[in-house]
Amino acid sequence: MLTVDQLRIKMGDFSLLGDFTITPGARVAVLGPSGAGKSTLLAAIAGFQPLDAGAILWDAQPMPKDPAARPISMVFQDNNLFPHLTVAQNVGLGLRPNLRLSDEDHTSVAQALTRVGLEGMGDRKPAQLSGGQIARVALARVLLRDRPVLLLDEPFGALGPALKAEMLALVRDLLNETGATLLMVSHDPEDARVLCDQVVLVADGVAHAPVATEEMFANPPEVMREYLGG
Amino acid sequence: MKTALSFVAGLALTTTAAFAADKPVLQVYAPDYFASEWGPGPSIEAGFEAQCACDLEFVTGDVMPRLMLEGERTEADVVIGLNTDVTARARASGLFAPHGLDVSGLTLPVDWTDDTFVPFDYSYTAFIYDNTKIAHAPTSFDALLAMPDDTKIVIQDPRSSISGLALLLWVKSVYGDKADEAWTKLNPKILTVTKGWSEAYGMFTDGEADMVLSYVTSPAYHIIAEEDLTKSAAIFDEGHYLFVDLVGKIANTDQPELADAFMAYVLSEEFQSGISTTNWSFPSKLATEKLPEGFQNLPVPAKALVFSEEEAEAIRKPALDEWLAAASK
Amino acid sequence: MARRRVQISTTTILGVLALGVVVCLTLGTLIAVAMRAEGAGRLGPADWAAIRFTLWQAAASATLSILLAIPVARALARRSFPGRSVLITLLGAPFILPVIVAILGLIAVFGRTGLISQALGLFGIEPISVYGYHGVILAHVFFNLPLATRLILQGWLAIPSERFRLAASLGMGPSDIARTLERPMLREVVPGAFLVIFLICLTSFAVALALGGGPKATTVELAIYEAFRFDFDLARASLLALVQFALGAALALIALRVAMPSDMGAGLDRAVTRWDDRPALLVQDIAAITLATLFLLLPLGMVILDGLPRLLHLPQVVFGAALRSVIVALVSAALTLALSLPIAALAVRHNSRVVEALGYLTIAASPLVIGTGLFIITFPFVKPSDLALPITAIVNAALSLPFTLRALVPALAAVERDYGPLADGLGMTGLTRLRHLWLPRLRRPMGFALGLAAALSMGDLGVIALFADGDNATLPLQLFRLMAAYRMEDAAAAALLLLSLSLLLFWIFDKGGRVNADR
Repeated sequence: MLTVDQLRIKMGDFSLLGDFTITPGARVAVLGPSGAGKSTLLAAIAGFQPLDAGAILWDAQPMPKDPAARPISMVFQDNNLFPHLTVAQNVGLGLRPNLRLSDEDHTSVAQALTRVGLEGMGDRKPAQLSGGQIARVALARVLLRDRPVLLLDEPFGALGPALKAEMLALVRDLLNETGATLLMVSHDPEDARVLCDQVVLVADGVAHAPVATEEMFANPPEVMREYLGG
Repeated sequence: MKTALSFVAGLALTTTAAFAADKPVLQVYAPDYFASEWGPGPSIEAGFEAQCACDLEFVTGDVMPRLMLEGERTEADVVIGLNTDVTARARASGLFAPHGLDVSGLTLPVDWTDDTFVPFDYSYTAFIYDNTKIAHAPTSFDALLAMPDDTKIVIQDPRSSISGLALLLWVKSVYGDKADEAWTKLNPKILTVTKGWSEAYGMFTDGEADMVLSYVTSPAYHIIAEEDLTKSAAIFDEGHYLFVDLVGKIANTDQPELADAFMAYVLSEEFQSGISTTNWSFPSKLATEKLPEGFQNLPVPAKALVFSEEEAEAIRKPALDEWLAAASK
Repeated sequence: MARRRVQISTTTILGVLALGVVVCLTLGTLIAVAMRAEGAGRLGPADWAAIRFTLWQAAASATLSILLAIPVARALARRSFPGRSVLITLLGAPFILPVIVAILGLIAVFGRTGLISQALGLFGIEPISVYGYHGVILAHVFFNLPLATRLILQGWLAIPSERFRLAASLGMGPSDIARTLERPMLREVVPGAFLVIFLICLTSFAVALALGGGPKATTVELAIYEAFRFDFDLARASLLALVQFALGAALALIALRVAMPSDMGAGLDRAVTRWDDRPALLVQDIAAITLATLFLLLPLGMVILDGLPRLLHLPQVVFGAALRSVIVALVSAALTLALSLPIAALAVRHNSRVVEALGYLTIAASPLVIGTGLFIITFPFVKPSDLALPITAIVNAALSLPFTLRALVPALAAVERDYGPLADGLGMTGLTRLRHLWLPRLRRPMGFALGLAAALSMGDLGVIALFADGDNATLPLQLFRLMAAYRMEDAAAAALLLLSLSLLLFWIFDKGGRVNADR
């Protein structure tokens, strides 16, 4: 269980408050106007953003300081792959950060690649891949990391609609297999409807507690209405 | 980093390996040109080692500053390549011991009575020119000063070069209190002032300059090594400043016998007959008829100008200020 | 969590160690010399004249370099033509040239019997003279025009191409573009570039000596040399060195407030596409590129011409010396990296410009004082000649630091900005981060830094004078020995060898950093 406990972040004019809990296995979309602090919230949970007050708890315990030690996998907007490493190495980092991979590890890497539909592409460099394939490699690494929480910071923002739908479907399948908890930042409310059962609205300096997706769209609060427009 | 360090250590080892042999080592401090393949060092080393059962090791670089820094703890046994203009400070350091040699048979143009430093060769400061380009070379310093200003001369900086300092003293000995007037007349002809002799001479041979400050013995190189007769020294009536290269023994040497033997070797005929064509200067103790042919016919100044080392030391600073002042006009 | 703490402290420890080496080499040696001196030093009128001249020539050289670099950089920025990238590389050559070689080349072109004077002679015009103030400045412009061009060209290429498109769609002409896009860029880039070149010219020694034409052109470094060499006045030498440091430090303080040019190792392979071309601009650009090319490459050509005849007849010892120099250069390059990477890491980790500034200390240091200080410190313990080559390597490494840091710090900062969170999230720390993130991502700037350090080290003989023994001469020393032995033609060939090896070393490293580098 992931708890955002009395969180406060202040950076110049910008500030963000939050105090809520995410139930295990929940699929949460983080929505809100740009600049409201969606990515900051994810960075705080992942351990990249120092907090001015409050804490991020996992099963009622404070999380470790080191991002790598947290029960979290994260996929960023971009720079998810090291361009100088092969696809297989990039995925292998999920198992061994020092890349000393055993035969067994190599097998796991190959299986993970097969699972995301990139069978036999392990020797390629990221520059030889399409945008969708790059996202798949990042997801293959998430599979191997095998952490109970997955944070997606708009990783599919640059993909076309068909490709994005494909990726969201893949994420759903992976979540079904692993039972991981998802927090996904998106600027497209449609993504929330497709994949997520809850929505965290970030607006006016506050990350609100999660609300069921249907209720959010059926009965949007004022800021959400403005954001959705019309 | 590790490999880099072992690389460095390896480099250091290669330099020490040479001294591993059990022979006693005689350390001779010398200016850099000495140890070069084409300098006097290699033949001296071979000649002395053939008779001493020792290892003669040249340590080259800025000899005087290094000696002053090392002081009493110096590893040097003998220092070669000093000259009369800097020996006052060398003597004052108290590092040198009397040579104890008989210097009566020297062939220097002046009497030699110094009990510490032994001359091994000498020459005179002179301006060298190309005799195919300058038909009527000046025959006096006055004539040089009277040459048109588009005659371009390269000299060396007296603050960084020993030959440059010798020129300063030469002008002082010829013109005395009127040295600054002489500089005022000379300066328009000076193309540039180089750090060392090499750069200046290079400019002259490249044709950049019409004349260069060097030594009366410089043409001998061109005559003997290149069979080129076009380079001559302008010989001045007033006389030329004498330039004597010296060797001295360090007082607290750990190889006193070897050091003495080396000092004696410097005045031997073997050393003396070799030095003329390796250091391109006159040997200090060799009859004229034993000189190489190219040297025998060299025009030589009729008069040697020289300051005692006390005079040189006392004049150096004011003369330098005078030169600086004249150059800044 | 514990591992991350360890990681931070390793970076800090290594960085502080490397900084310690730099501070010891610069300030430590200065203190050693000052302590060995008897009594306090006093500066005479000649010393003050030297200080004035130093500042004046550095300012004039930097100003002129920048003014000339602007049209050249502009032309290179907006023209793409076959051989452009080769030309840009070649134009960089003077900066890494051994000073002695460069001076020989400059005299062959601008001297009294040089190409230009000969050409003028055909029309009955008097030969020009390169000796004097203008000679010093000419040489400094020759050395630094490439650097200035490079820095300013980077500024041009950093203007997003969208802005030029926007300008085109708004119908802006060349003068409008200059006002709205180019001048603001120049205002940002020029002060930093000026300071860098000013600092480089501050410690000039050999240039002022060879081309200064007399004692009027005495720089502080030259005054240190004579205080040390002739008067053996360590007090005055260290005082002058302190003055030189103070000048450098004052400038460094200004530099911390000015945007310093970044990423010296960046690629300059593309040209900006523009839509405001006019025939007059084309003529102007062709003229700028041609003149710069002639100015920078003719002297190199003359060195090659003069050296070729005897190159294959050089005595064996010269090649031995060349090998020794190459080894020293390689070690020096490795040491440069070993010093600059930890310092860069420390500067990036703590986002500290002070750390970076300390790394630049050596730009204002006097090689002669460093050498003397090291001699005083090591002499009681070690035989100086055993240290000749190691000390040459480490001092050359330290002297290259200001340039290698300039290449590495911004590049490392960019790597950490782009991939730091990902690596943190995956737990890539310590050696793993070094091996799998920094080294591969920093290949280009590291190749550039290694090449620069190796090339700069090839030509230098600043500190070796006190330590050398007879047998371990480096190539520049051997070149001087050839000259001292009247063998001027062999010396010209040795100069060509030195030139080729310096350029080759730079090229190999720089290329090595680029080949197969994943962007």
